[in-house]
Amino acid sequence: MIEDPVYQMSEDDDRSPPLDLGGPASVTESSNKTRNCTGVSGSGSSPIEFQAQYPDQVLENVLENVLYFLTSRRDRSAASLVCKSWLHAEALTRSDLFIGNCYAVSPQRVTARFTRVRSVSIKGKPRFADFNLMPPNWGAHFTPWVAAMATAYPWLEKVYLKRMSVSDDDLAHLADSFPGFKELVLVCCEGFGTSGLAVVASKCRQLRVLDLIESEVTDDDVDWISFFPESQIYLESLIFDCVECHVNFDALERLVARSPSLKKLRLNRLVSIGQLYRLMIRAPQLTHLGTGSFSTSAEVMAQGEQEPDYVSALAAAFAACKSLVCLSGFREILTDYLPAIYPVCANITSLNFSYANINAEQLKSVICHCHKLQIFWVLDSICDEGLQAVAATCKELRELRVFPVDAREDIEGPVSEVGLQAISEGCRNLRSILYFCQRMTNAAVIAMSRNCPDLVVFRLCIMGRRRPDHLTNEPMDEGFGAIVRNCKKLTRLATSGLLTDKAFSYIGEYGKLLRTLSVAFAGDSDMGLKYLLEGCPKLQKLEIRDSPFGDAALLSGLHHYYNMRFLWMSSCRVSRRGCREVARAMPRMVVEVMKNDLEEEVMADYVEILYMYRSLEGPRDDTPKFVEIL
Amino acid sequence: MGFEETELRLGLPGNNGGGSGTEVAEVVRKRGFSETESDVTDNVDLKLNLSSKEAGVDAKDKAKSLMNKEKNLLPADPAKPPAKAQVVGWPPVRSFRKNMLAVQKSSSSSSEESEKNMGLGLTLVKVSMDGAPYLRKVDLKMYKSYQDLSDALAKMFSSFTIGNCGSQGMKDFMNESKLMDLLSGSDYVPTYEDKDGDWMLVGDVPWEMFVESCKRVRIMKGKEAVGLAPRAMEKCKNRS
Repeated sequence: MIEDPVYQMSEDDDRSPPLDLGGPASVTESSNKTRNCTGVSGSGSSPIEFQAQYPDQVLENVLENVLYFLTSRRDRSAASLVCKSWLHAEALTRSDLFIGNCYAVSPQRVTARFTRVRSVSIKGKPRFADFNLMPPNWGAHFTPWVAAMATAYPWLEKVYLKRMSVSDDDLAHLADSFPGFKELVLVCCEGFGTSGLAVVASKCRQLRVLDLIESEVTDDDVDWISFFPESQIYLESLIFDCVECHVNFDALERLVARSPSLKKLRLNRLVSIGQLYRLMIRAPQLTHLGTGSFSTSAEVMAQGEQEPDYVSALAAAFAACKSLVCLSGFREILTDYLPAIYPVCANITSLNFSYANINAEQLKSVICHCHKLQIFWVLDSICDEGLQAVAATCKELRELRVFPVDAREDIEGPVSEVGLQAISEGCRNLRSILYFCQRMTNAAVIAMSRNCPDLVVFRLCIMGRRRPDHLTNEPMDEGFGAIVRNCKKLTRLATSGLLTDKAFSYIGEYGKLLRTLSVAFAGDSDMGLKYLLEGCPKLQKLEIRDSPFGDAALLSGLHHYYNMRFLWMSSCRVSRRGCREVARAMPRMVVEVMKNDLEEEVMADYVEILYMYRSLEGPRDDTPKFVEIL
Repeated sequence: MGFEETELRLGLPGNNGGGSGTEVAEVVRKRGFSETESDVTDNVDLKLNLSSKEAGVDAKDKAKSLMNKEKNLLPADPAKPPAKAQVVGWPPVRSFRKNMLAVQKSSSSSSEESEKNMGLGLTLVKVSMDGAPYLRKVDLKMYKSYQDLSDALAKMFSSFTIGNCGSQGMKDFMNESKLMDLLSGSDYVPTYEDKDGDWMLVGDVPWEMFVESCKRVRIMKGKEAVGLAPRAMEKCKNRS
């Protein structure tokens, strides 16, 4: 059973220890240990066979009871490696399944080993697919999974999918197969529409959670909200802010009214502020609210109606939500209404303004109250001045994301190193930052590395490709070097700006805990990638685009690739020859070579996109035309 | 070996530490186009503005070894900053988020199309260059004239072309009077496929018509564009 230790690769990268894919040795080892177990626990002079069976069974029962309490994936992985008994016991008691790459293992293998699963999480496409770097229909289909689970896990309660292709039929199959189904969370998924949602709403009688996050939902002209039966009174979370079609508001209002357990409600862009008000007064128990458009509907605006009282009425509604901790939405914000949220500012820990095109002054009026804020997503329209205000008030800030209003290169950006410096000085507890800007300096990045030593995630996106430090004109090597050197807990890094191989030597030297790395338009030579592959032992997910790394660099990572979830290289310098060599040297890697464009004329040996990942199953059988597996 | 580090650039007298990468555009900008032209033939001996770590390398040897590769396309027009062509998936903002904001600005509902062009009125066309390993995509509506476009394309493709600066650069084929010189040489010629499927020389029709009808652009070697020459020649004859 070569699969035993190998299975661990489907575990979450940050939980399981890196494992060797070697097979036979470990199998023998576990058999030996089993025999030892038997020998030790036996008593008396009964025949070996009798001794062998009974203590095994006791052991497994005991184990099951103990292992039941193990929740951490890493602990479970470790436990399953002890010996065969433990492997079986752990498999029987594992109720939460995490598949980090849907192609690393097959649904059949999973359902054969784990038989009592209640909750499944599956991740599909690589992240760069979000940015159109890969043609659609690459794969990651939910269909085979739902088919296998339908028979194997009749008591399945929860499904979490990220970057999977989910069809309406899949949703129907899910709704039909799991009578106790409670939670459906779809993040960055596509392939389904309102008709699939309607089936889930109507047939999943035990549904508690329906969360659609940043997913593409086609408008099938089906009024899915109406499909929740009157008996559906248990809803705890309804998130549909990404759905781009009108929902039947009356049906929604009735649903909210009969759901006293509803804690999370995130409305889509097409819900007006008046409708928001009506929903809020029916659900003062909300903890998470997505406000929808936060604007008056088009009809109202066309008629020129003023609703001056709405602000105070709305403020009262907000004030009534005493448990509100997470606020988002503001999709088409009418800034006149901003004061309505003041009553909740003091309590909120998470605020998502990343669709609200507000300026520094408008932000200040809100943020000055937000002393408890830990998570803040915002647009760069607030400028450096707005960030300074954040730094002044939000001392508990853990996560900051600054998105660009205008995501083009070569324009004057409203935020810069000034904002970053201010944040670093004010928010010393920062753990995670995503910062889009047009200009940056090494000094500010170095300052952040010193002021915020607890950083776990540092993602800087200088939008102009290969931009140097705009004051010194030097590469951004020293800034990123300081980050990996000073932020000793760093596990995720995204680089940008002008970077030489030196930056990568720093990352290789100091990035010992680094698991996820994103590189674009950086480096000078193969050495850059070599530094990474040779220096970062915990590297799990490496995505690289438009960087001059070639076959020599690719081949320098053979010792490490089995420890990784995937490697993505697009528009680099790798050739088919090099990729084939990897495929030959590493039989358990699936090496996918793709073009982003079928009609494209490319040089014969050139590889536009390389996506490779470890797998127990070998090449998948659902590759589209533009994918070739070497 | 990285192409960027050996990219040949025009070093200005008195220009200190022009840096690398995108600073090239600023460097060249300071000279008038005519100056650029005349310097072209001197560029075998030009100052190679390599990144600092390459100090010890004999740049000329490297340059010679790369002569066989694609020619350099000069970023031209000094008067205004070359518009940067959009690169697919950069900056890494999810199309979902980009679409949302675009929708807010235009206050109309966004399309559900997965095709990137639609719904936002983009005019993305593929631009390929003979010899370049892969093609780029460009939004034609970002540019106001052939000049803008040629600047952007030159910048875009210069990042993986090295060699002498012997060509007149893309500037020339936008200039009809130089068309003949160009076509007879071994320089690059931009061509495009229009709605009818015909391959035309870029510059043949007024800019607006070009944006409407262009489906894709191919920058071919001058010699291969000979078949298109008659049209251009006729056009020139008609005008002169």
